[in-house]
This record gives sequence, structure tokens and C-alpha cells, in this order.
Amino acid sequence: MHVLACIKRVPNTGASIVLTDDEQHIDASNLGFTMSPHEECAVEEAIQLTEDHGGSSHVLTLGPSEADEQLRTGLAMQADEATLLETDGEEWGPRATAAAIARGIEHQGDGENPFDVLLFGNESADTANYQVGVHVAKRLGLPCVTGIKSLEIEDGTAIAGREVSGGEEIYRVDLPAVITVKEGINEPRYASMRAKMRARNQEIPTLEPAGESGPGTLEKIRLEAPQTDDSEAEILGEGPEAVPDVIEVLESEVEVL
Amino acid sequence: MTLALVEHENGFPDELSLEMLTMARDLAAQEGEDLEAVVIAGEEPVTEELGAHGVETIHRVTHERLDAYAPEAWGESLAQVARETNAGTIVGPGSDRSHEVLAHAGAVLDAPMATNCVDLEVDPGGSYELTRQRWGGSLLEHAHLEGDVKLVTAAEHEYSIEAAAEPADPTTETMTPSLEDAHFRVQVDRVETGTGEGIPLGEARVVVGGGRGVGGPENFDQLEELADLLGGTVGSSRAAVNEGWRPHDDQIGQTGAKISPDIYVACGISGAVQHMVGCKGSERTLAINTDPEAAIIQKADWAVVGDLHEVVPALNEAIRERQ
Repeated sequence: MHVLACIKRVPNTGASIVLTDDEQHIDASNLGFTMSPHEECAVEEAIQLTEDHGGSSHVLTLGPSEADEQLRTGLAMQADEATLLETDGEEWGPRATAAAIARGIEHQGDGENPFDVLLFGNESADTANYQVGVHVAKRLGLPCVTGIKSLEIEDGTAIAGREVSGGEEIYRVDLPAVITVKEGINEPRYASMRAKMRARNQEIPTLEPAGESGPGTLEKIRLEAPQTDDSEAEILGEGPEAVPDVIEVLESEVEVL
Repeated sequence: MTLALVEHENGFPDELSLEMLTMARDLAAQEGEDLEAVVIAGEEPVTEELGAHGVETIHRVTHERLDAYAPEAWGESLAQVARETNAGTIVGPGSDRSHEVLAHAGAVLDAPMATNCVDLEVDPGGSYELTRQRWGGSLLEHAHLEGDVKLVTAAEHEYSIEAAAEPADPTTETMTPSLEDAHFRVQVDRVETGTGEGIPLGEARVVVGGGRGVGGPENFDQLEELADLLGGTVGSSRAAVNEGWRPHDDQIGQTGAKISPDIYVACGISGAVQHMVGCKGSERTLAINTDPEAAIIQKADWAVVGDLHEVVPALNEAIRERQ
């Protein structure tokens, strides 16, 4: 079984978000980058599926040359291969991204999709457009099931579960299929030091992406860090001595006691 | 014309759909056009309820194979209604299902889509100047959306549920979409109901959260006890889940549960933005943290600076003594 996991490089945001002076990007100079959490699980799932069923796992991203860092994280987790669709660093919208990824996928199989399972994150951590997986499926003529938190493969059929209010929807989908996953489907492994070293030297083929976005546009003008309530908390006290004041607050202000 | 996808249960729009109708009605008013609704499958919609929220026409989509949810078939149906009614804008609620259906419809119509909007202004030329959430709401994007057909979704819990100033008296038009086998390649096979133990995080009135500062899975016992004493439930940060101390179901944040309790007691949680977007619906927050500089202290209403392993047991004991 051949499994693909598509990932996205995003800033590793912490306690606060600072923008660049032109308000076009997050200032990531002190943050570093990571892959979106759902996609980390997509990579883990791809590796687990090939461990269970044989075959190979492949990670792919569309992003700047530095996005090889996230691909190498995937390789260090034990993915077999990686491909970078290298951009100049500007944001690509979901439709152009999907068009470029669909072409990149077909390129892997000499004009046809070679993968049995194509995994994506349900939505990216930064833009949450919810569209890339669905649009790639549409372009490749594949079925698409989204928001998946449990997955089994039996005889060429995916049995996929999605959490809904009060339970779980179960889908049965014939492969090949696009499956977008959510964090919680598995626990992504930590890569060993040795695997990280090996991944550092692994060759990552680079393709120039080609993607058009059809009629109509969604164009970013600028980003804004929303105003937050910066009024500091009322310090009730230090250590267990604060307990009477906590009780007072819970009783008279919140009324839960 | 503005076309709103309404998700409903037993004929009544759900909470996020009612929030979305507030946004859609304002948009239709700015455009000087009618607001129409699409209701796919299920019970017959209660027209008065939709009319109260300003819907002039209800397009009820029925099809013999739409008994169980099928995302591609829903997206195709929505696209067909949009084409037949010449809709300029399709609006959906901020739910997973709505995002999925609109993404499918957008792929069919080859139209641009802006998710999680919090503000929409219509330009004289018919394009939109909009504000949408990024990073689960910890960042905003100002953007320009244009196209013959535009898709937008309303961010969860950003619009209040408001009835129209003048209720409408909607007519219902039933339509049966033209669907093929391929549209049903993905369809719900069955629904497994949950075990239903405990209070779901999203509904709890009191949430006690634990982060990396809790230090280990066994130390969550103190937090469980506090939650029990306050009639609440325990959640955790992503850090605690990644450590393997708690199941992912307990995670609060951008990729976990969104909570809206009367009080959130955050223990040993630093307050990373991804966590805070999951608990911004909390009425009040009490932080217990050893670090007076922790981000959570800036964002909380009250704080106790101290070791949760000393504070929480003392608090539990004090509450028990009162009972």
C-alpha cells in the first residue's frame, strides 16, 4: 500500500503572536516552524498504515525551500520519501495549492495517482481553509472523507470514523481515497536522534508547483493581532494561604459553591 | 441572492446555523437582496422558525438516497440549488459539516471561499471586504473576496442569535437534485453512539484544566477531585496530552474541545495561544501557577501564585469541610 501525507509548514506560535512590520506574516524569527498538529497525525498514520500493510509512505508539502525542515521531520518519523513543491514563500490559496498538489501527485505516478491512501490534515493550523483535501480529491476524481479520528483498512476499503455530537459516524470508502484526519487519531512518535541525523542527509526531490485558482479570488490584505483583555488577573495570594480568598470568589462571584 | 445552508435537527435550525443566519441576513440586507435557505434531507423544516430569522424562501432538498449524510452529494445538491437560484453568495455555519459541504460545493462551482468570517462589508462593486479568523481566532485576517459566486462561513460563536426585526413568511420549494452513484461513494454507513460518561467538556459549567505543571498522570487525581467538588469536569492542555498523561478527548484548544464554562480553573497551564482559543468562551478564569509571569496570569480574572500540588489539595479540603 502506498500512502501519502500532505503537510504544511506553519509558525510554532507560543504565548503571543507578533506580526511583521508589513502585517503580512507572523514574525517567526523567535518562534521557529512546525507542521500543523492534524498533519503530524497524518504523517504518523501514513507510517502506521505501511507498517501494518506493507508498502511505502511519502510526505509532500507545498512551501518555501525551508519547508524541507518539516519534510525531514516526517522522514525522521520513518516516512520513506518526501517531495517539496517549492514556492517563493508567498501564501498560496487553497485552490491553487490543491491544483499544484494534484499535479505533484500525478507526477509521482507518471501521470496517474499512485497512492492508495492520500492523507491531509482536516484543516491547517493557520488559515483553516478546509478546502485543499476536498479540492485535490475532486481534481483526481477520488472520494474524500474528512475529519477522521479512527481508521482501519480492510481489503481495499477504508473504515473511517468521525466524531459527531453524541457519537461517531462510520464511513466505508473504497480505496484509493483522500482522507483528512484530526489530532487524536494516533499519537505521533518522537523521532530518534539517529533517525533525525539520517533524515538530514536524505535527498528530497523538488518540483516547481503549477497551480491556478480559477475564477474569483480571496486575497489577503493584512493581518491583525486582535485586542485582548490585558488587564492582569487579581492575585488572590500565594500558595495555600490563598485558599480562603479562592473560596470567597467561588462562592460569591461565580456562585458554584 | 444570498443562499444560506441551514443545518437542522427535527426541523429546527441548530445553534451555529442560527448564529450564521444573523450574518447572512445582514449580508443580504447590504446586498439589497432576499435571504433564502437550503435545507438538505431530514424532517420538514419549521418555516416559522426560519421566517423569524429573515428567511424569505426555503429550498428543501429531498432525494431517496439522502437518508444518511453523504458529503459529496450534499455539496453537489447545494451547488445545484445555487445554480438554479442564481445565488451570488453561499453562506454556511462554522461547523465541520458545513465547511465540508461548502468545500465540495466550491469545488463543483470553482468558486472562492472564505472560512470563519467575523465581519463582512459589501463593496459598491459587489465584492466583499471581510475579516476572518486565523489560528482559531488568535489572529485576524482582513481580506478581499470577489467572484460571481462566493462562499463564506460564519466563525463559531462570533455572531449572536438574533431574530429579524420583521419576521418573514417563507415559502417552501422542494427540489430533487440530480445525483449519480459517484456522489454517494462516501456516505455514513452507521452511527455509533458514545458511552456518554461524565459531562462533555463543551457543556460543563465548571472546567478544571491541567497542563505540563501537573507533572504526571497520577497528579490529575487532585484535579478530578476538585472538579467533582465543583460539579465540573477535567480538561487538559495539549502539552499534558502529548506527555501521555491524559487522552486526547480531554484536550482543550484549537485542535481539541472548545469550552464555555462559568469558571475555568487552569492549573499549571502556561497559556499558549492555541490553548487560549479553546477556552476564550469561559465566563471567568482562575489560574493557579508557580510563574507570576505566565501568559495565563495576564489572561485570567484571578490568580493564585503557587504550586498547584499544594494549592489544589488545600482547596479540596476547604471545600469538603464546608459540605
